[in-house]
Amino acid sequence: MLVLPREMVDAVVAHARRDHPDECCGVIAGRDGAATRVFAMANAERSPTGFAFDSAEQLRVWREIDDADEEVLVVYHSHTMTEAYPSRTDVRWSANTPGVSWLLVSTRDPDAVELRSFRIDGGVVAEEPLHVVDRAVEPG
Amino acid sequence: MAVEVRIPTILRSYTGGEKQVSGSGDTLAALLDDLESRHAGLRERLVTPEGGLHRFVNVYVNDEDVRFLGGLGTQLSDGDSVTVLPAVAGGAR
Repeated sequence: MLVLPREMVDAVVAHARRDHPDECCGVIAGRDGAATRVFAMANAERSPTGFAFDSAEQLRVWREIDDADEEVLVVYHSHTMTEAYPSRTDVRWSANTPGVSWLLVSTRDPDAVELRSFRIDGGVVAEEPLHVVDRAVEPG
Repeated sequence: MAVEVRIPTILRSYTGGEKQVSGSGDTLAALLDDLESRHAGLRERLVTPEGGLHRFVNVYVNDEDVRFLGGLGTQLSDGDSVTVLPAVAGGAR
């Protein structure tokens, strides 16, 4: 199960809408399994059907996450014309970065949010529940 | 001369779990040969049979992606730091 605060989900979806018609990509950092921060990153491929992290930006992000004693919890990206489900290309690349959640957004419908999260192990895709948390409002 | 090399999680099975190892070499290629002598199998994960850098990894020397330097011919100096990260890519295609 992936638990994300509402504002992080909103940030990921907004990033996907902003980069549409290209795919967007980024990571969510976490500590002890709890999401801490969204890093909206550049898609070095600038393509409607593919993404790649810019290598220089990835080093900065990985280092910042490491310096904060956090870890990469989620790798997210968008599909602009197809469903929010890992493609064969996604599955192939997933082996490179094990132990993360793969969060997919589809921007194929401007009026609907398609957001789903997956674990991919040994080439096998397993959807995991995505639990969006609204922050409790303090009384007074 | 000595160079510190940071290893990503996915390659730590070749370094006994260590996230940082030392090596030497006046070029990146020489460094990888040196590392291979102590961490067998590591070079094959970084270098293709044709002798180029695998597209699944990013290698940085002092924070510069070696693809923008000299690739495997990138010169190294004593005290340089080398970082290896897994490349991240994908998409609907």
